[in-house]
Amino acid sequence: MLELKHISFSVTDEAGNQEKEILKDINLTINKDSFVVITGPNGGGKSTLAKIIMGIEKPSQGAILFQGQDITHLDIHERANLGMGFAFQQPVRFKGLTVKDLLHLASHKQKNDQELAQYLNEVGLNASNYINREINASLSGGELKRIEIAMLMAGGAELSLFDEPEAGIDLWSFHNLIKVFEKIRDMKRGSVVIISHQERILNIADEIVVISNGEILTKGTRDEILPRLLSESDTYQFYKARGQQ
Amino acid sequence: MKHAEKTEHISGNSSVLQKLLKVVSGITGTPKGAYNIRQDGKSIDRQSTDNIEIRSKENGQGIEVYVKPGTKGESVHIPVVVDESGFSDVVYNDFFIGDNADIDIVAGCGIHNDGIHLSQHDGVHTFHVGKHAKVRYTEKHYGEGSGSGKKVLNPITVVHLDEDSYLEMETVQIEGVDTTKRVTKGDLKDRAQLVIKEKLMTSGNQNASTEFEVNLNGVDCSANVMSRSVAKGNSFQGFFSKINGNNACAGHSECDAIIMDDACVTAVPEITANHVAASLIHEAAIGKIAGEQITKLMTLGLSQEEAEQEIIRGFLK
Repeated sequence: MLELKHISFSVTDEAGNQEKEILKDINLTINKDSFVVITGPNGGGKSTLAKIIMGIEKPSQGAILFQGQDITHLDIHERANLGMGFAFQQPVRFKGLTVKDLLHLASHKQKNDQELAQYLNEVGLNASNYINREINASLSGGELKRIEIAMLMAGGAELSLFDEPEAGIDLWSFHNLIKVFEKIRDMKRGSVVIISHQERILNIADEIVVISNGEILTKGTRDEILPRLLSESDTYQFYKARGQQ
Repeated sequence: MKHAEKTEHISGNSSVLQKLLKVVSGITGTPKGAYNIRQDGKSIDRQSTDNIEIRSKENGQGIEVYVKPGTKGESVHIPVVVDESGFSDVVYNDFFIGDNADIDIVAGCGIHNDGIHLSQHDGVHTFHVGKHAKVRYTEKHYGEGSGSGKKVLNPITVVHLDEDSYLEMETVQIEGVDTTKRVTKGDLKDRAQLVIKEKLMTSGNQNASTEFEVNLNGVDCSANVMSRSVAKGNSFQGFFSKINGNNACAGHSECDAIIMDDACVTAVPEITANHVAASLIHEAAIGKIAGEQITKLMTLGLSQEEAEQEIIRGFLK
């Protein structure tokens, strides 16, 4: 359902000279209804890859196909309207816009209040307490992450991208977030791609992709990849340490 | 129910009048409760109630509204419409709110100018709010019309709050007014509370300035002034706020503006404590729409333009 073909991404300095290659010749296929976790060291290019898939960044080279259609040159909103959703690492706050406003937009204005409330309940938030709240600093990181997930559900995305959902939340919120992801995996509502360092998220993946230094180091099923990651003690400690932050 | 003065009824009037009345005061058909409708300098329809009397001033330059003590749950609508190009209107309206009353007052001015001449309305509203009385005052400004004539509105609001009284004022000016200078003054006695919420959007070459001056004279009185605005095009907005804490009191003012295109926004807060127990705060923020907000809404399927509109709509909601 999603194919990345020879994707490269470079950033240039102000003079326009090539400075650094963030992604190098990435080839990856995400199958329908699969639950894929992309992991790897910080600075390896994982988040950049997620942004390229959504159109927030444009690749220097390569092509992206979504459900057979070349979307390489489509803008963010055009990809969203084809059925892609993106949850930010740092959820965005707004002055004045409420949870209901954003869920309403996310659902392409197709769902009624009761249906929108149901998405909040599904991510473990009491809808009546949250539906009319402003998406502002009064909401905690964990609450915002769950609202982001509810938005993706409301949009009925065929492909949902989550950029480090564990970032910026406490362990208790993280525990609840894992439950939500487990539910999403079991419901098989479209494909899910999660960028994560977290062992507990890797543990619920169908497939794991490891990206390091802008390249795909390895990929395969969870059973193939996770034991290898855990057996490499340095790598394991790295994931563990991140989880305890 | 009595009719203190009855002139031509609004239902027979033009669609322009009907539309402007709806925009500025939500009136469709004949409003409920007390009302006075002013068009091009004349009262064209008026109704008093048993508890709320509307009279013309003796000098003919406005109205006096008397609300009996203890009146609850009633409303007064006093919309103004100017649709004659070149017409300049100044009106002085005085409100006397009896002790323990609890009412809503809806004012507002709509200008329709298809001509080349300047149309202007300057409304001077003075409120005398009695002890323990509560007033919610809404004022909406709107301009439209295809002509090159300017649409100018300069409202002046003066609020005298007696002990334990409360006045909440909400002002909205969303589009179409070329020049506006809003002046709001308030003085508060013991335990009185004043809340002012302003929402403003300017575009093109429009110019809007807002001046607040509040004197917190009574023990434990408080004022909260909140302004949210969006400046587009080449427009100019000025926010000038003065809060004087003359007793043990609390004052807070907040100006939050989104700036776009080549607009200019200036915010000049002034807080003065003349008493050791006066607690005064001012917050001001001016900035463009955050790029990440636009990106977020685009990931929900909105184009960049739609995303900006949605962010502004929410901000001014």
